[in-house]
Amino acid sequence: MHLDHFPHGPAAVGADARRPDGSRRALRIGLGGPVGSGKTATVAALCRALRDRLSLAVVTNDIYTREDAEFLLREAVLPPERITAVETGACPHTAIRDDISANLEAVEDLEDEVGPLDLILVESGGDNLTATFSKGLVDAQIFVIDVAGGDDIPRKGGPGVTTADLLVVNKTDLAPHVGSDLARMAADAKAQRAELPVVFQSLRSEHGVADVAAWVRARLAAWTA
Amino acid sequence: MTRTALLVLADGRFPAGGHAHSGGAEAAVKAGRITGAQSLEAFCRGRLHTAGLVAAALAAAAAGGVDPAGLDAAADARTPSPALRATARRLGRQLMRAARATWPSDELDAVARQFPKGAHQPVVLGLTARAAGLGPADAAYCAVYESVSGPATAVVRLLSLDPFEATAVLARLAPELDRVADRAVTSASAVPAEGLDVLPAASAPLLEIGAEVHAAWPVRLFAS
Repeated sequence: MHLDHFPHGPAAVGADARRPDGSRRALRIGLGGPVGSGKTATVAALCRALRDRLSLAVVTNDIYTREDAEFLLREAVLPPERITAVETGACPHTAIRDDISANLEAVEDLEDEVGPLDLILVESGGDNLTATFSKGLVDAQIFVIDVAGGDDIPRKGGPGVTTADLLVVNKTDLAPHVGSDLARMAADAKAQRAELPVVFQSLRSEHGVADVAAWVRARLAAWTA
Repeated sequence: MTRTALLVLADGRFPAGGHAHSGGAEAAVKAGRITGAQSLEAFCRGRLHTAGLVAAALAAAAAGGVDPAGLDAAADARTPSPALRATARRLGRQLMRAARATWPSDELDAVARQFPKGAHQPVVLGLTARAAGLGPADAAYCAVYESVSGPATAVVRLLSLDPFEATAVLARLAPELDRVADRAVTSASAVPAEGLDVLPAASAPLLEIGAEVHAAWPVRLFAS
């Protein structure tokens, strides 16, 4: 075998901060949460907010289709070569937590093919309240819930609500229509999460995804510092 | 070797990507060929004696020290469907990552360098067994068991089949799994003297056709 054809050695096996050529890899942020809470809409809004200043890519983990990837393609938030869909065998939580090999390949291939990248957003298909990302896959995770899914979700807790690096309570514009009490949700989230941050957002408002985008920029600044 | 290493490698939760694949079961369910435990058993038996046998012989040969590049070419030659070849390489790459993290070895690193996009999964399985201190028979057993356990687990999800019935199917097939593993080991052990052509080349046309059809579906639960 001619080892000199492979000067950088074999690929990394885990979440090493450096790529085989010694450069720093992209920051990886996971977005999880229940079905319909607005994960893909948040990813799309983040791409629009960040793409002019940062080199971005997205990995989606759909349950049984390529719908999320196709939504992002249709919305043209990024060029198609920057969006990869991972198939999960009906179990997104397995693909983002228990067996992350397909996702690691997706993020590494994106860096090889369209890099250098600053940031890769890894979106989970809608799942249950216990679905969290492996630390072997992402550097930080955002859990997205919405006011219409029931204002008792922050009180119920679960690994996503209690441990995510950022909790996003989405669709606040719907709160009066579905009888959700935002103050109660904020108090419950505070009780579950202590000092961990919570963002209340409505993507239909002018402010949109600005708070989440600012949080992502801060994580990125810490990553590259 | 330790016998426990075999359990680690054969564990369905070993993180090597298999959970997202049905081994052709999703296509067979859609086509009406698997409808319950009985037809699952028939499907598994067919897969065992074709794809399972070939995979087990490749894995046993790799575990026995046969050159992986030659085995990878032999696997290509035995896999007519481009979709199945792509799946085998993707799973080989995923298994390689898990193997290198679990049982670090220079030999695995060298093959990872040689095949950055993945070698065929059974070849990597054999090399993994080797890195774990296991032998050709262990690798063959892992391969034959995977060839039927993957579809059985998938059908539990696809048809909401009673999981006890699916597991009973695997238990009923056990004596046949033993025989196929033996046959695979025997042919693999003949490779140093007789060359790669001695490896079995059993084929299941419906699995190949089904894989091509499945790869074109816009909506599916499993990657293959």
